[in-house]
Amino acid sequence: MGRGGAVSSARAFWRWLTSMRTALVLLLVLAIAAVPGSVWPQRAVSREAVDQYYVDHPALAPVLDRLWAFDVFASPWFSAVYLLLFISLVGCLVPRLRQHALNLIKPPPDAPARLERLPHSVRHEVGEDPTAAAETVRLALRTRRWRTAVRPHADGTVTVAAEKGYVKETGNLLFHFALLALLVGVAWGSWFGWHGNRLVVAGDEFCNTLQQYDEYGLGPRTTPDGLPPFCVTVQDFHAEFLDTGQPAQYVADLSYVERVGDSPRDWTLQVNDPLRLDGANVYLLGHGYAPVLRYTDRYGEVFTTTVPFLPVDGMLTSEGVAKFPYANVPPGETSAEVPAQLGLTGVYQPTVNPDPSIAASVFPAERDPALTLTAWQGDLGLGSGAPQSVYALDSRQVQLGRLENVGTRTLRPGESWTLPDGSTVEFLDTTPWVTLTVRHDPGEPIVLFGAGAVLVGLMVSLSGKRRRVWARVAPAEGGGSLITLGGLARTEYPGFADEFAQLAERTIGPGAAAVKLVDSDPTGEPPDREPAGMTERGR
Amino acid sequence: MAELSDTLLLVAVVTYVAAMLGYLVEYAFGTRGAVARVAARPARELVTVGAPAGPPPELEVVSPVQPGAGPAPSAGRTGVAGAIGVGLTLVGLAVHIGVLVTRGMAAGRVPWGNMYEYVVTVTAVFALGWVVLLATRPALRPLGLFVTGAQALLLGFAGLVLTTPAAPLVPALQSIWLKIHVSAAAASSGLLLLAFVPAALFLIRTGYDDRKRPSGDGLPSRTPIPFPYGFGRGLPAAETLERLAFRLHAFAFPIWTLAIICGAIWAESAWGRYWGWDPKETWSFISWVAYAAYLHARATPSVKRTTATWFAVAAFGTMLINLYVINFVAVGLHSYAGVD
Repeated sequence: MGRGGAVSSARAFWRWLTSMRTALVLLLVLAIAAVPGSVWPQRAVSREAVDQYYVDHPALAPVLDRLWAFDVFASPWFSAVYLLLFISLVGCLVPRLRQHALNLIKPPPDAPARLERLPHSVRHEVGEDPTAAAETVRLALRTRRWRTAVRPHADGTVTVAAEKGYVKETGNLLFHFALLALLVGVAWGSWFGWHGNRLVVAGDEFCNTLQQYDEYGLGPRTTPDGLPPFCVTVQDFHAEFLDTGQPAQYVADLSYVERVGDSPRDWTLQVNDPLRLDGANVYLLGHGYAPVLRYTDRYGEVFTTTVPFLPVDGMLTSEGVAKFPYANVPPGETSAEVPAQLGLTGVYQPTVNPDPSIAASVFPAERDPALTLTAWQGDLGLGSGAPQSVYALDSRQVQLGRLENVGTRTLRPGESWTLPDGSTVEFLDTTPWVTLTVRHDPGEPIVLFGAGAVLVGLMVSLSGKRRRVWARVAPAEGGGSLITLGGLARTEYPGFADEFAQLAERTIGPGAAAVKLVDSDPTGEPPDREPAGMTERGR
Repeated sequence: MAELSDTLLLVAVVTYVAAMLGYLVEYAFGTRGAVARVAARPARELVTVGAPAGPPPELEVVSPVQPGAGPAPSAGRTGVAGAIGVGLTLVGLAVHIGVLVTRGMAAGRVPWGNMYEYVVTVTAVFALGWVVLLATRPALRPLGLFVTGAQALLLGFAGLVLTTPAAPLVPALQSIWLKIHVSAAAASSGLLLLAFVPAALFLIRTGYDDRKRPSGDGLPSRTPIPFPYGFGRGLPAAETLERLAFRLHAFAFPIWTLAIICGAIWAESAWGRYWGWDPKETWSFISWVAYAAYLHARATPSVKRTTATWFAVAAFGTMLINLYVINFVAVGLHSYAGVD
């Protein structure tokens, strides 16, 4: 195969890609390709759910992962489908845009030979000569905002061509180009946007640097030093609940400075009411309780810590871990010979279950709080250098016998518990914590504009009606002229018969009222249907 | 007020079932296919054209039959049953709206804050749309059997399975966008449900027509018409159903688009991102793409009308999955169903 063969097969591929059938198939494939994104947990939605899936299905998960089942919407195959669809769209739209521009410039095409073959037609004789009669028709159409063209012919007849409803195609093109704008906005936002999540205990402050976030995502075109330098302090948090336990209100009191040196300002942060700063927005996403624990070790050294516990159910039963790696080190030494570090795993119930065998809170507010702690002594394994979760003890250390269970006790606020070695654990109180998401998406205005244009384009394109009317004005035998008026709805338009009847009366005169419509198409079915979407090529 | 609302729901379901029986009597015992023939056949009136200079005499003049202008369906005793069906539909709709009003008063907010209320709202739009349709096109009355049947089924399921006590809103729903996003979603879902009825019936009707077509000897085929195509007998003409389905879809699709856009705006202020592929968002996207595919297929001359309509039916399937499967199975941010 030579060069010509390659070119022709490329052409064939392009014709195939930009054909309506291909676009339809791609639309269907796109819909189907999105389904796995709701079947398997997605990393972009919940990383924890994916980790859990790995635990539940250790054999299947890596295989699925290789097929991007946990990152469907960032996967090459999903991207391939929508990129092909958009290429196909552009391939369709550009010629259509050119055609539509030409249609807007060019006068409507001349009347077909036999107007009475059209779905709607009437015939009537008037006294005026053809030129004057044609002008009357043209004016009547023009005042109804039809685009018109008058063409005199050699045989003495004059034709008037008129078209209306160009706005349908305009809306159609607007809709499809707005979809492209939407894609651009999404891409722009993912390149230049960033976000960070952070758990903040009430009373704490955090500043907008990446180190301060528990988890963050930075667009490829964003640099860490480009982040706006604001700081936010969470002063307090309140939650209100109905008697059923259903949350009724979450309010976080914030104070913030946008720039170093500014005086702090206050903001009441609520779920639907983010703090909008210059270059980033702060959203309230979650909340919970952080027990405050005081540990006095066997040498009298005191450690106080506030540990955020993570809720595990709607009644805010919460679980967490407190670690005291520097406890029980003999005074004057840097480490104990036999490590006696303390780890506490706990379940916190804001309203303790009346059945002590069930560790599940019965109400999300602190009506009758209780903290059940299990104490572990030995080596927490923090020295190994391997990263550890702050929400769990290292289970390997337990399995290896390096961490020993030294008892379990349920404490009320203010109560203390003496461990076998004489050290004491006190449950002082709890402090609320909130999770905040800080996000900047510069693509949002483009996406919003695109979405608005999609909607407008859609409505115009679905409600617009393209139709053509022609008049052939021939000189009559006894003077005057014979007008034949024909009409054609080029898209679904059941009301066209009525419009045509009115038009006939106005253009030809009241006499036309007596002339019945010719209507071979009582159903209003347009014989010449126009695709609402793309042009049909490559059939 | 909450108990009254629950009682009214029961009354509404019973009324819709009674209305369905009315339509059923007319459907089953009415003149065979009379409605269909009336709706399909253009009333031909030959009128002489009054131009003296003589247009060609073969110009046969026919007045267009407007679907709504057709005569009311079957007269006589079965016609009375159908009329009772229509009357009961109106009563059912009034009670249905009463369910929503009392529910809203009991909860002190708009009555679409959980899945039960959402389904009641969607079906109210469905019933309202049907009544409007029937007022403008009485010839569509045979569809009432399927509309009220679906209505009773959906509402009964809501009352039995989805029902939840009236309560104020969870914080995430306390927003002006609840009024806009959810009402647009409910309105478009109700209309898409209404559009699904003629779409599905069009497929049944064409299936019926294909099987009834005369066989080789010129006589109508004698073999029994298999389920569900037998239903096609009493239905309006295939073409009428198809055009109605398209127009309803074309009307509902922009509202569905608006619902998704409003949802995205709300998601931005509640969750910090306008789109996050939450399962509900994913399936809204799937439905949107599926309906877009239908509208494109419908507008493409080389795609058969039956094929295009299958797209619409499949698209409605994705709407059902989004409402009934995703709410129960998938864990996502849109977990407001409130069903235990």
